[in-house]
Amino acid sequence: MAFSELFGPMFRLPLVTGMILAAVLPLLGMYLRLREEWLAALAFAQVAAAGSLGGAILGISSQVGALTCSCTAAALKGYIAKAGNNGYALLMIVGWAAAILMLSNVPIAEHLGHALFDGQLYFTGYDHLLLAVAVLAIVAVALPWLSRKLILEQMFPDFFRASGLSARKFHLSFDLLAASGLALATASIGVMGAFGLVFVPSMIAYRIGQSWKQALVVASGSGVCLYCVAFACAFLLDQPFGPVLVITLSAAATLGYVALRLYAREPRA
Amino acid sequence: MTNPSISGRLIGGATSPPTRHEESATRAQPLVRVDQLHAGYDRPVVGPLSFEVAQGDVVGVRGPNGVGKSTLLRAIVGAARIFAGQVVLQPGVRIAYQQQSTLPLNHVPLSGRELLALTGADPNGLPPWISPLIGRRLDRLSGGQLQFLQIWACLKAPVSLILLDEPTNNVDPPGVRFLEEEIARLRADHALMVVSHDNAFLDAICTRSLQLG
Repeated sequence: MAFSELFGPMFRLPLVTGMILAAVLPLLGMYLRLREEWLAALAFAQVAAAGSLGGAILGISSQVGALTCSCTAAALKGYIAKAGNNGYALLMIVGWAAAILMLSNVPIAEHLGHALFDGQLYFTGYDHLLLAVAVLAIVAVALPWLSRKLILEQMFPDFFRASGLSARKFHLSFDLLAASGLALATASIGVMGAFGLVFVPSMIAYRIGQSWKQALVVASGSGVCLYCVAFACAFLLDQPFGPVLVITLSAAATLGYVALRLYAREPRA
Repeated sequence: MTNPSISGRLIGGATSPPTRHEESATRAQPLVRVDQLHAGYDRPVVGPLSFEVAQGDVVGVRGPNGVGKSTLLRAIVGAARIFAGQVVLQPGVRIAYQQQSTLPLNHVPLSGRELLALTGADPNGLPPWISPLIGRRLDRLSGGQLQFLQIWACLKAPVSLILLDEPTNNVDPPGVRFLEEEIARLRADHALMVVSHDNAFLDAICTRSLQLG
């Protein structure tokens, strides 16, 4: 395919939708990594995939199904109020099993299922774009409000408690935010693509950011850049988007790691 | 180590403790009142304890390892279980608590300035040997520098009651002297409770002592 077609009307919509998600997901990844709950990203994505298929089978919107299931999972996790990755691991395997069973047994789910697991971004429509803009707006409002509390609770847990703040309320608010973002991203760019955009840019930002603010910029910026590279590669090589995105993210993380190791070995003046 | 028979003894400073009548006339309203407290986790670790802390007090909590000094502070902030008695905080009192354990950094890219902003602490007034470093990531600082920033984040937070748990750990002598001077400055409009094994430090800063064990 010609490079100029990349910006044609057919691909402009998925490109912009994905760019918005690629800017937002790494920000959520920064806070999930802060809480050492990055597995939540995969759990919410898998549950969202199952919800998306369930929504399609029931004749409602797949995005509504994804949102409902992942937010219910987040609320359930918040109600149980156990920190750590065990709850997310259970959600992940249950979500995966439910999605595969639906995909294997209900013909209507088969096509959508392949799109979710292959990450076929090119099928996104205006509804995906509008929801991505909505997620961007919610994150832009909610994260600045949540950020200080989430970091304070992590760094000074007893100071946080002494301030009379409710950790549960802030955890649940953030979990719902992460679940919403992951649900809509899964419906647009697939399970592993969404997880990759949460996991890898935040990992890069943790290594090279000199402050939390700078790391947020690095995470979001690298997410958008790597997403654009992957989009162009998948388009020009005519490959499914999800795997190309994951390979691009992994290659960037590996190259960055090697470069930092080499830089660290150089003798300083 | 459990020792349910431990009782606290409040020891006055250089002057004799005031009588009950004098105390009510001269002392400010207590920010925290501890009444027959037994506190711990799975089982009581400390108690019975009864005392009050008011603005202007710097109470040193002394005693050997395991008598429940840190547990007492954690009970005041609600992080330890209260088995009997009560901790009564003045309505609206704001508390800063410096925990003994080191910060859970886990490679979090947080700068010193951002750490202070978390608690609302003012970086102005930091000593010159740490002030230029607050733009650095916390995991690039030494243990002593990190400990000092952690204490500063609590000392300069906009609160009225400050609880410090072993603040001089890893801090070098100039840092300890700086802390002594800063606590003396803060005393007029704050109350402090300080757990420490550093008796010289406690002698320098405390108006009263609570002896456990």
